[in-house]
Amino acid sequence: MIRSLLSGDMPRSKFLGAILLVILICLAFAPFLFPGVRTVDTAARICIFVVLVASYDLLLGYGGIVSFAHTMFFGIGAYGVALSSTHLGRGFDSLIIGAGLGAILAAALALVIGLFSLRVRAIFFAMITLAVASAVAVLVSQISSVTGGEDGLTFKIPRELGPAFKFGKDLFGGELLGVKLNGKLLTYYLIFGGSLILFLTLLRIVNSPFGRVLQAIRENDFRAEAIGYRVVIYRVTATCLSAAVAALAGSLYAIWLRYVGPDTTLSMEIMIDILLMVVIGGMGTIYGAVIGATLFVLAQNYLQNLMSGLSSMTEGLPILPELFSPDRWLLWLGVLFILSVYFFPTGVVGRLRGQR
Amino acid sequence: MTVAPEHAPTMARTTLRDRLAPYAPFLLVPALAVAGFLAVQNPASWLTLTVSGLAMGMMIFIMASGLTLVFGLMDVINFGHGAFVSVGAFVGISVLLALGQMTGAPSLGLNLLAVLAAVLAAMTATATMGWAFERVIVKPVYGNHLSQILVTMGGLIIAEQLIIVLWGPEEIYFTRPETLKGALTFGDAAIEKYRLVAVGVGLVVFAAMRFVLRRTKIGLIVRAGVQNGEMVAALGYRLRLVFVGVFIAGSALAGLGGVMWGLYQEVITAHMGNQAMILIFIVVIIGGLGSVEGCFVGALLVGLLQNYIAFVEPKLALISNIALMVAILMWRPMGMIPVVKAK
Amino acid sequence: MSDPILKIEGICTNIAQYHILQGVDLVVPRGGVTMLLGRNGVGKTTTLRSVIGHWRAHEGRILFDGQDITQLPTAAIARAGLGFVPEDMGIFADLTVEENMILAAISGPIDPARLDWIFAAFPPLRTFWKSEAGTLSGGQKQMLSIARAMAEERKLYLIDEPTKGLAPAIISTMARALKDLKDQGASILMVEQNFAVAKALGDTANVMDDGRVIWSGAMEALANDAPLQEQLMGLSMEAHST
Repeated sequence: MIRSLLSGDMPRSKFLGAILLVILICLAFAPFLFPGVRTVDTAARICIFVVLVASYDLLLGYGGIVSFAHTMFFGIGAYGVALSSTHLGRGFDSLIIGAGLGAILAAALALVIGLFSLRVRAIFFAMITLAVASAVAVLVSQISSVTGGEDGLTFKIPRELGPAFKFGKDLFGGELLGVKLNGKLLTYYLIFGGSLILFLTLLRIVNSPFGRVLQAIRENDFRAEAIGYRVVIYRVTATCLSAAVAALAGSLYAIWLRYVGPDTTLSMEIMIDILLMVVIGGMGTIYGAVIGATLFVLAQNYLQNLMSGLSSMTEGLPILPELFSPDRWLLWLGVLFILSVYFFPTGVVGRLRGQR
Repeated sequence: MTVAPEHAPTMARTTLRDRLAPYAPFLLVPALAVAGFLAVQNPASWLTLTVSGLAMGMMIFIMASGLTLVFGLMDVINFGHGAFVSVGAFVGISVLLALGQMTGAPSLGLNLLAVLAAVLAAMTATATMGWAFERVIVKPVYGNHLSQILVTMGGLIIAEQLIIVLWGPEEIYFTRPETLKGALTFGDAAIEKYRLVAVGVGLVVFAAMRFVLRRTKIGLIVRAGVQNGEMVAALGYRLRLVFVGVFIAGSALAGLGGVMWGLYQEVITAHMGNQAMILIFIVVIIGGLGSVEGCFVGALLVGLLQNYIAFVEPKLALISNIALMVAILMWRPMGMIPVVKAK
Repeated sequence: MSDPILKIEGICTNIAQYHILQGVDLVVPRGGVTMLLGRNGVGKTTTLRSVIGHWRAHEGRILFDGQDITQLPTAAIARAGLGFVPEDMGIFADLTVEENMILAAISGPIDPARLDWIFAAFPPLRTFWKSEAGTLSGGQKQMLSIARAMAEERKLYLIDEPTKGLAPAIISTMARALKDLKDQGASILMVEQNFAVAKALGDTANVMDDGRVIWSGAMEALANDAPLQEQLMGLSMEAHST
């Protein structure tokens, strides 16, 4: 049964399978295992980034398409939910409408960009997506009347998902294993459930005939076209699917934060983070997204403490304290990134599976 | 010999359109200037904006020219090019600030000397950095575009962070040297002196590059290498040395561009290279990868458009350049002056 | 017999996973034209490209003028005195004819006497000296390609199908120029499908099949033996030459 749930794409390494299982259990029971606002927040972020990175893996790892527009789609989904909640009022229906419209808009935009790429080389495509994504980010911060500009939008989510909503008072006295039964808990499980479903959907996509053809195209597009597959259609479809899932991940993120802003959803920094996660985790594996996102988010939150410890230890020496300053964690991630590309081109997952 | 008649071909009469076609990209620049005049309407403002646009265009050209040559010649994508811009700016401006005595003096000679020192320092630093970058980061991934994009982005991140380590995270504000401050007035129009200098420098760099590429043997080797690297090697030239040389030259030019960009904005930040990259990419794409002339024209168009739109409707400035890129790619999908490979 | 200018010993070259050359043995004597013949796809071009270093032989040895060049980079091999005229001509289309020739003369400006000789052999090159090489006709481009090899004295010329796709009048010009080159004492290794040209120019002949040299000997011997031609190359070359 697990085979069919995972669409036949087993971890193929005992170690990897074990790690994935541990991560799954930790995320599934995070509010109970690691109670506390910060830890649950970390867990929610991991869930969302797993989906975001996995959708990027579909494009990059399986499709071989380099695009820098991914955060744009993430943002579209997030802003979709925010705008619909602001204008249609709080409620599950605005969430669904916002997420749905966001996904559709993202897919439509991906379609336009994808069709345009017919006329230009692959390298142009990468640069064009970079330019377009930056332009959109700038535009969003500028039309502040609609989008709230630099400050972003705060909005209200349905009452049932808010911390004030309590349930289970009669059954469990309002608490289960010391954790308050409130809307925040429900929100977490909405995020977790949604992410899990999206993740499994991506697994299904890459292990379907469509996914196989996509990989064939990645390896040798001439040959694929010669055999009879319209390469363009497959690539454009992959771009649209990837964009739609990214938008849905963005919607989940917006629901969790109850806030959207250009810096949380559209910044180039997030795009670079996605790249780091997908490469370190392992391109073309989907599971790599799980490993990459977990490592990254944990590092982002907790590595900085380690680094500030190192920094104070090297106090008084030239340069070293700044090198180890917790704000410079991106520097070390960059080094790790380059080392990954050279020595672990298949990422953590590839290594664990015994590939070079 | 042969009994076939003497070869005497008749040529079709070339239409005006055919004869104009190779010059079309260059004619776009004055065309845009005219369109800008129609949009802006006020002659004084138009003049200021045009000079501003040309100045910005020249600086973008200087920064972008290295990137387009490297890609055309070596088939290498360097997403880390912006790092050279940032480093050049920081090194150059640091030298300039250290020479405060010279920049504060009201003497054109001393000021220019200080700027020259800053530029030389910046170009030396970025040339060295370029050599190291090519060796360590780029060389291992020749031929693999995906890996190139990834590692050069990684290199960019590291370079930016190192700038912050060495110079701190704050933006550094400063003022231009005394004689380069202020503006010249032509009737109603005020044109900043520095911008005129920038236009001049840009023209000199363009002319120098054209000279080297067209009239020197090394330029020939580079142009031939862009078309057919294999054949150049078969003629006995060590292509790898040429590659490294072009990469270093491109990095040095980016450093020069960085210093100029910094002086233009009177502030430098670790992310400035990254910000310039968007416009640089647009320019390289619309110019045609590998073409210095295309890059020049593209840069001027982008600079002019950016300034005109910023005056008329500031929010649309960056989007307008995207629109320009789309329009040009629709017209010529390989860029305005594409370099034809091999055959 | 003096030592050969080029000695290829048992080279094997792969392109991707295809075994193209499977042990090629070839000797090119000094002075004179050595022909490399065979049907399409047997590995003639691959042999030349392996010598110049565009493709690497993973087994075997190539000795040029006594020096082992098997693993040397292309540029070093060219500088050792090898002139290469590739199958696709390798013309730099955006450069003028003059610029193409300047590049071909790596040691310095072309010797004027040499240039006169080239112009005499290929008059169109003088006419189109300042024109972009891309505007030349096919035959003229081929002339330029050979002229580039002749820009400097080379110890050995590697020429790949110089008459491919050319009109008969141009082929005569080409053949005459190559004969001129031969008469000056040059050593040439040539791949040629046009048997009339091969017969006229060649001193020795080597026939390849399936990635190996299967017959080696004097050109005359092959030219006068129709049954042998049929056996080696599957059909009588005589009957199929223009």
